[in-house]
Amino acid sequence: MLLNQPHPLETRVLTRRFEYPQKNPIWVDEFVAKQGYEGFRKALGMSPDEIIEEVKKSSLRGRGGAGFPTGLKWSFVDRKSSKPKYVVVNGDEGEPGTCKDRVLIEHDPHRLIEGCLICARAIGAERGWVYIRGEYRFHIDILDKAIAEAYERGYLGENILGSGMTFHLSTHTGAGSYECGEESALLESLEGKRGNPRLKPPFPATVGAFQCPTTVNNVETFCAVPDILLNGGDWYHALGTPKNGGTRMVCLSGHINNPGVYEVPLGFNMKRLIEEIGGGVWKGRKLKAVIPGGSSSPILTADEVDIPADYDSLAKAGSMLGSGATMVCDETTDMVKLLARVMKFYAHESCGWCIPCREGTAWLAKILARMDEGAGMTRDIDMIDQLATSMFGRTFCALGDAAAMPTMSIVRKFRNEFEAKIGSTEVFVPAPGTQPLVVL
Amino acid sequence: MAELVTLTIDGKQITAEKGTLVIEAAKKIGIEIPAFCYYEGYSLQAACRMCLVEVEKMPKLQPGCTLPAAEGMVVMTDSPKVVEARKSTLEFLLTNHPLDCPVCDKGGECELQDMVFRYGAGESRFTEIKHHANEKQWSPMVYYDPARCILCYRCIRVCDEGLGVGALGLTHRGVHAEITPSNGDHLECDECGMCIDICPVGALTSGSYRYKSRPWEMNHVGTICAHCSNGCKTTLSIRNGEIMRANNRDQSGINGEFLCAKGRFGYDFVHSEERLQTPLVRKDGELVEASWSEALALVAKKFGDVKAKGGKFGVVGSARTTNEEAYYLQKFARQGLGTANIDHRRSGDVASLLNALAGKRDALATVADLYTTKAALVIGSDLSQQHPLLAFQLRANYRHHGSSTYTVTRGPVREDSYAARSIRFEAGDEIGALDQLREDLSKHASVVILFGDSVKGGDVAKLVAFGDSLGVGVKYVCLMDYSNSRGAWDMGLTHEYGPGYEAAEQRGLSLPEMLAAKDLDVFWAVGANPLADAELGSNDAFVVVQELFLTETARRADVVLPAASAYEKNGTVTNTCGEVQRLKAGAKVMGVKTDLEIMGLLAKEMGLDLGIWTPEKVFEEIRRTVRGYNVQLPIIVTGGAAPTQPVSGQLAVLPDVSLVRSAEDTLFTSGSLGRYSKMLNAAMEAPGKLYKE
Amino acid sequence: MIGNYPTGRQKGALIPMLLYAQDEIGQITEELIDEVSKRLSVNRVEIEEVLGYYTMLHREKRGKHHVQICTNVSCMLRGGEELWEHACGKLGIGNKQTTADGSVSLEEVECIGACSWAPAILVNYDFHFNVTPESLDALIEGLRTKQ
Ligand SMILES: Cc1cc2nc3c(=O)[nH]c(=O)nc-3n(C[C@H](O)[C@H](O)[C@H](O)COP(=O)(O)O)c2cc1C
Ligand code: SF4
Ligand code: SF4
Ligand code: SF4
Ligand code: FES
Repeated sequence: MLLNQPHPLETRVLTRRFEYPQKNPIWVDEFVAKQGYEGFRKALGMSPDEIIEEVKKSSLRGRGGAGFPTGLKWSFVDRKSSKPKYVVVNGDEGEPGTCKDRVLIEHDPHRLIEGCLICARAIGAERGWVYIRGEYRFHIDILDKAIAEAYERGYLGENILGSGMTFHLSTHTGAGSYECGEESALLESLEGKRGNPRLKPPFPATVGAFQCPTTVNNVETFCAVPDILLNGGDWYHALGTPKNGGTRMVCLSGHINNPGVYEVPLGFNMKRLIEEIGGGVWKGRKLKAVIPGGSSSPILTADEVDIPADYDSLAKAGSMLGSGATMVCDETTDMVKLLARVMKFYAHESCGWCIPCREGTAWLAKILARMDEGAGMTRDIDMIDQLATSMFGRTFCALGDAAAMPTMSIVRKFRNEFEAKIGSTEVFVPAPGTQPLVVL
Repeated sequence: MAELVTLTIDGKQITAEKGTLVIEAAKKIGIEIPAFCYYEGYSLQAACRMCLVEVEKMPKLQPGCTLPAAEGMVVMTDSPKVVEARKSTLEFLLTNHPLDCPVCDKGGECELQDMVFRYGAGESRFTEIKHHANEKQWSPMVYYDPARCILCYRCIRVCDEGLGVGALGLTHRGVHAEITPSNGDHLECDECGMCIDICPVGALTSGSYRYKSRPWEMNHVGTICAHCSNGCKTTLSIRNGEIMRANNRDQSGINGEFLCAKGRFGYDFVHSEERLQTPLVRKDGELVEASWSEALALVAKKFGDVKAKGGKFGVVGSARTTNEEAYYLQKFARQGLGTANIDHRRSGDVASLLNALAGKRDALATVADLYTTKAALVIGSDLSQQHPLLAFQLRANYRHHGSSTYTVTRGPVREDSYAARSIRFEAGDEIGALDQLREDLSKHASVVILFGDSVKGGDVAKLVAFGDSLGVGVKYVCLMDYSNSRGAWDMGLTHEYGPGYEAAEQRGLSLPEMLAAKDLDVFWAVGANPLADAELGSNDAFVVVQELFLTETARRADVVLPAASAYEKNGTVTNTCGEVQRLKAGAKVMGVKTDLEIMGLLAKEMGLDLGIWTPEKVFEEIRRTVRGYNVQLPIIVTGGAAPTQPVSGQLAVLPDVSLVRSAEDTLFTSGSLGRYSKMLNAAMEAPGKLYKE
Repeated sequence: MIGNYPTGRQKGALIPMLLYAQDEIGQITEELIDEVSKRLSVNRVEIEEVLGYYTMLHREKRGKHHVQICTNVSCMLRGGEELWEHACGKLGIGNKQTTADGSVSLEEVECIGACSWAPAILVNYDFHFNVTPESLDALIEGLRTKQ
């Protein structure tokens, strides 16, 4: 249900088969008629190394959040291992602000299957799973149907298209957990366990699903692969900027006139994205800030958004491209409330495995909720920053960082708003320099 | 030989095997990296983040508990960054910790307290409302307080990896995360309490100790468990003579960190209200209280009279009294009373094993060997139930060294879950079943064979012949039931053998023969309850019983002398592997005397010269005179386990193997003694019943 | 379902099996736990571990229509919290509570991946986008009459 109208400034690769308004998902006949499975056919004539080389050339980077080069990741898979190898698709799509994987599955499910097949060919896998968050039952059903079609047409199963290749694919539902989007937690969940992350190393490329070499990639990452094979890595690369190739899906949300999911080249200017594609800030208001890559990414102020939106430029600006979720905040946005809501989320989703994240998110959530209600104390502001800093880089998995990064950026960039919330109601506020309330 | 690397920790260079964890490497040069979740021997978690260290060229702090040492690595364990990180981790940890230290069982022994004391900030900035969850009773033995739990997952790992029980898990998430027991709201498990011991804080508490005492109010006495034959060291914590708890505080015994339900909770028989505390004498058909002097005089007179008229004695010893007592008893019987009718209930055929091993050296496995052997073969025993320490050792060996275990049992056993091969056999056919394993076993450089009571007599010889045929180093363990089952044999408490398996000068009646005899004049049972499942054939026999409780045998007695238990006396015992260890008196119970003292006083009363009856003097005599017991005294007195040497030549007579029968105790039973432990009985009743609301 | 996982790794089917079964039964029951534990040869405690972890698995009975309102950032920016307050007020119930007639239950949920069409809600597995208090009223009326 791609509810937004496509925009002329988009570069449509992954979304090229989409139609507006949407009818049904593109089922196998239509898919095949529109060059479907042709990238895979091409891959069948290539060696695994050649496929990986092509993906490397495309400079495709993971679209799940971390942005790791995909070709390189595939090359790490221990192909010589005597164990089976697995392909795992990360369709957990839990990062607040993100809603692109669902769009890809809903419109063009066979594209994802084709991406998996190419990957399977490259790493020598005979089985794969598409892990989809439990709330997306509708999408699981669509993909299940597409998978059934693919089996029927000989794109999945044994001796695929007479090539001798075997590949089995099935969906696997999540059941409500953001942390299960973290790849090692996802693998635990796939194995029927709690979504507690695993110790790394070993990385999934050596010890992944069911203890076998595995590659885990985001839905969008896999969806980019068929066209890379079809038109060549160089072609895909050239769509973006020299260092950041290709296109990416962005999910515009928040205080914006035309929220929606769009496909743009890497490096597309963030300000233009908001103003031109997104139609500008709603209600004629001014822009205050943008969260550029999902709630885990550090916030950018209105002054900081006139930059190309690609991995390197955002990193330079102190934030990250993340999952492509771009959340727009207008001038009326209450930043304390926003951060309080963000922290409530991380406290709720912390798996509880390690101390700094488990206790840190809960503590911060409590302070922020209190501040939001107007019962803040002066010392809270520095403490929020300090606690987030204490979590950052010290937790077991990146969820702790994901909670710390927006916190540090928001409290530093919008300190005045926090100050404004202090003592506006009658609460006990210890004078600076008094004894701590609890002495151990 | 593994590759060596040189790294620097806090400016000190150290060479270690490549891959050694930094936390371990640091320990070797005396640098402690604090940790909660890291626990040597169990899987790595890197969850508590206390062990974070700074490593040159790495931007983030690294967990020392999972970081492998690498060439040229430069590690700092107390840089300002590290110190700050520890402070903040502890501050985080304390936010939801109840800080009820003043009433917590763990107070004074708590790793969290120690950590905060050494590395903490001394103040907390946390002023929000703490997350709280109520304490739960999981079983008679185990209570869990989620508020105190710091989620180090040690309990989960010890139960799963260490014991193979896997009764604990983790549920919920975030600050709500907590440990969950095997059956929803209650535990069905071994009730070993290992989880309680390993818990760094007071989150898991013991049903028998909670809220009873503070660690610093008690004396801690390391002694040997009174129950099974494995010989775990258990540390009794004593206040005013009363045992408040038992655990393995210093982990210095052959059992290391291990202790089972009996060793930890089964001490409560000591202070049972059913304990006998005054001698009883039968008057007008009733047992009535009497003074020690009256009772002893009566017995001495009776013994003297019967001896004088050449009457018939029957003497039964115990598999739980000390070596000194067993030795003294047989000496009393043979020399003092001039009778050859002496025996005890035997549960394993160690005599045939020693006979078959004649001429071999080092053919008896020690408990430690089970952790290092390449392979083990378990025949006819449910090891996890009957020999929990030995089972624990084999499992640890498999976990840490990948050793292979083979089981040949009648039914499924827990060892099957990791066994290289498991074979089921029909009763009496175990030796035949072995041929199937010959090839597998001969592949390993060393093998330990453990066998239960179904292998005896000629079968033991066949088993040793089978071992010889493997062409590899083979050691043996003859599995027996109780804390001194082995010592009872060794000390000559059998009608065939004197001490050290010297053929008895005269072969007297065996225990069943004594019971059957119609003409016994005196029946003397020392720490034994043969009438639990038998009748005494001789109606007129004068029965003397030294006991803790009014057992079936004691009820038939003419004189009952209240005896001290193993936890109230000094002496030595020999475990099923033939290792001698020292008992140290901890508890005090009014009115009782040790069996050794009782016998000494009787000897004195009768005017017999059997030597001084202090445990030290008797042990000295044992070391001098009993074959194989000339053990190193320093090992014993420092609380170690001294292996005894098997007899060197063939035995002059073969044992009467028809008498060998195990009582087949489980984790929660322990012969007559177990019946008087409320905790052990509660464990048997609890599963699925008591605590399901 | 078990066939989708490598041999001996049938535990992989645990979470899907629990969720799909819950969809039919309405909640996780003791019998269900026993059955799943038998089918997949997993211990009770292994099931307990996941039940507490995954928010979509629940032991308590829920309304026939489980209304999940997202109040995470994207929805919050466009009125998700007001929607939540409105729903609570209208139904007279709070988080994870069910109306007396058992028809509707409410839950405040984290991001449900519908951020570009915020505020969004889920009713069982059906998404509703760009919800306003008025459209929510109509929706709830519809659900209650549908029973
Ligand atoms: C807390 C957390 C949540 C994550 N959630 C998702 C997610 O929902 N979807 C996703 O594709 N990747 C997610 N990731 C990133 C994955 O760990 C992993 O990097 C990604 O699946 C790799 O695929 P890619 O290389 O194609 O991006 C998450 C990471 C963290 C730390
Ligand atoms: S008492 Fe022993 S068996 Fe029971 S849960 Fe604790 S460690 Fe596991
Ligand atoms: S109960 Fe104790 S051992 Fe278990 S996780 Fe909690 S603190 Fe650690
Ligand atoms: S194994 Fe035997 S000796 Fe050790 S604690 Fe348990 S009962 Fe006692
Ligand atoms: S000991 Fe390293 S994280 Fe706990």
